[in-house]
Amino acid sequence: MIYLNNAATTLQKPPCVAQAVLEAMNSLGNCARGAHTGELSAARTVFQTREALARLLGFSHPERVVFTANATQALNTALLGLLRPGDHVIATDWDHNSVLRPLYRLEKEGDVALDFLPADRQGRLLYQKLEGLLRPNTRLLVGTHASNLTGNLLDLERMAAFARAHGLLFLLDTAQTAGSTPVHMEKMGVDVLCFTGHKGLMGPQGTGGLCISPSVDLRPLLTGGTGVRSFERGQPEEYPDHLEAGTLNGHGLAGLGAAVEFILKTGVEAIHAHELELTTQFVRGLQEIPGVTVYGDFSGDRAAVVALNLEGWDPAAATDTLSRDYDIAVRPGIHCAPRMHQALGTQDLGCVRFSFGWYTTREDIHTALAALKEMSQPS
Amino acid sequence: MRAKMSKLVVTFPTTTAALRWERRCQTLNIPGRLIPVPVTITADCGLAWAMPPEARNRLEEVAELERSACLAMEL
Repeated sequence: MIYLNNAATTLQKPPCVAQAVLEAMNSLGNCARGAHTGELSAARTVFQTREALARLLGFSHPERVVFTANATQALNTALLGLLRPGDHVIATDWDHNSVLRPLYRLEKEGDVALDFLPADRQGRLLYQKLEGLLRPNTRLLVGTHASNLTGNLLDLERMAAFARAHGLLFLLDTAQTAGSTPVHMEKMGVDVLCFTGHKGLMGPQGTGGLCISPSVDLRPLLTGGTGVRSFERGQPEEYPDHLEAGTLNGHGLAGLGAAVEFILKTGVEAIHAHELELTTQFVRGLQEIPGVTVYGDFSGDRAAVVALNLEGWDPAAATDTLSRDYDIAVRPGIHCAPRMHQALGTQDLGCVRFSFGWYTTREDIHTALAALKEMSQPS
Repeated sequence: MRAKMSKLVVTFPTTTAALRWERRCQTLNIPGRLIPVPVTITADCGLAWAMPPEARNRLEEVAELERSACLAMEL
């Protein structure tokens, strides 16, 4: 199978990841639930994973790298933990349902007011409209580092400068970029950064988390056991325990730690360059195929995601044919990005999304282009 | 029954602080090891660092690290 659905998950991982999970399942106890060999091994493994992620993401406070089950839980933790009744939030048309649905819920419950920075028909965010969205009670600016539909990258400098100039907190969703695009939380001026472990970071599913600047305090989404201060009724105030109730996914975090070490060794710049080269090869090849509509802006740096439609094909049928006749895995549909599809005008059809990863080869791209070319021919 | 021994016990606010302490002490060859916090201590974290009392002067080398308390105990 040629797997070109890396924006959903990286199916191909460095071999050290599965090895680390297997070793962890055979040796790790429960982090912070005792001081035996197994429990200490778990605690050390989780700690090392925090440190490796902090290093990769440009964050100098590993104790404020908090683990969750996925980016969705991280974003819920951030949004529900940060926002208070009366707050106003500016999000963007690029945002995934993992951002949108918690915000819609808060809006529906009457606690929070919401506005969106719009995108144009090419999916470009209209940054000049930011000022007009500002209200006296605006507290938070939310952005996704890369659209999971077009692969376009957020103008981080502009967003962070806007947040700073108006005293807003800046929350960044790196679900499509952590591990595959250089990220430096502190240099970028990000207050809270959410990540998933199983996409660009190439770790196991069931891992994710958030990095929280020391200037920000979040109300815990979950409360419960931490293994510390057991007589206190509330969650401990210290991070990461403040936001980590319940047993952590120690086995998954062992795998994630191995994956992050692999990325640090390989170099995130090298990974990004490889994926960008494949994307360029693919987009150039698409230009020679009749009836292909590609969505998004291809004028600058980007994530390795390309959304398209093929004339005469329903995206689901095109995806099914790619799978059954060519053994190529891609994703049709709306991709949990309803506002972006509305901006692009593809809300009634959806599109076919190709997304590449570290283990995608030039040959894979060549094969995918040949398949699309064949499918574009009249039957 | 094993005879009790004098120990210096360092406690921490979080597990992360305890692990950071352990790593630094291992790097600096400061003697000791992580133990479960003795029940008589009202501690924040379930892990403590137990070290020989005669190594007390070496605590200066890790003075910048986060910790809750340092107690002399018979363990």
